[in-house]
Amino acid sequence: MKDQEMELKEKKEVKKVAGEGTRPGPVFIPAVDILENTNEIIVLADMPGVESKSVDIDLKDNQLTITGKVDAPEGEKETSLYKEFNWGDYFRQFTLSNVIDQGKISAKMENGVLRLVLPKVEKAKPQKIKVATG
Amino acid sequence: MAIVRWGSNPDEISDFDRLRQEVNRLFNVFSPCTEPFASRVYPALNLTDDGNNFYFRAELPGVKPESLDISVVEGQLLLRGERKIEPEEQKAGYHRRERESGFFRRTIALPARVDPGKVSAGMKNGVLTVTLPRAEEAKPRKISVKTT
Repeated sequence: MKDQEMELKEKKEVKKVAGEGTRPGPVFIPAVDILENTNEIIVLADMPGVESKSVDIDLKDNQLTITGKVDAPEGEKETSLYKEFNWGDYFRQFTLSNVIDQGKISAKMENGVLRLVLPKVEKAKPQKIKVATG
Repeated sequence: MAIVRWGSNPDEISDFDRLRQEVNRLFNVFSPCTEPFASRVYPALNLTDDGNNFYFRAELPGVKPESLDISVVEGQLLLRGERKIEPEEQKAGYHRRERESGFFRRTIALPARVDPGKVSAGMKNGVLTVTLPRAEEAKPRKISVKTT
């Protein structure tokens, strides 16, 4: 897997968005990596073309919604000669379990990748339980 | 029709298999293209033109600009680079793994002569934009029609 040439994964379009989006254009599902360590759950989402201020993270009733708005960078005078992908907003929803301390969620957008850190609630961290002898 | 010998060499493709392969190939040629025109090579590129410059754009989230190798040679743009996924600490377990990493390389023929000395590239929010100004002689010239 290390030296392999990357294969293109076509951008997955969202088929149905809950309610209709207000902006015209396709909406894509960003590829994510979700990993978990002792203290937190980390979500990394590929959202190229999205600025930090255009990311919207919403948390309601354990439902985490990530939205990224994209403005197509093409200037008005540009005509398209060859197009392999479309520009569009990003949208993805996750259901969180109760182990997340929702007040301490932090997010950072860098180079088109969103890094969302969801710290676990204290009691959800693995506790070592001492066994008393006697 | 060839006589089929029973118990012949099992490594040989039987005539029926060969026929099936030929027919499949024939159908692939004539069947409509179900997928949009996609290159199957990472990254996907868009090429636009505004009369003075060509613009190449590619979505490369998480790719560091230092790892990119862009060059213009003989009417072709060559893009090479590597996408690395930062390894998180050892104790992390993955629930989902959708993002890929690896090397990529694309070569695109340019539609017209460009001025190689003035080519510039920038990376913003994970989107690479390469600006290639047309060479002077390749700029479209308006030709006016004289009436006599």
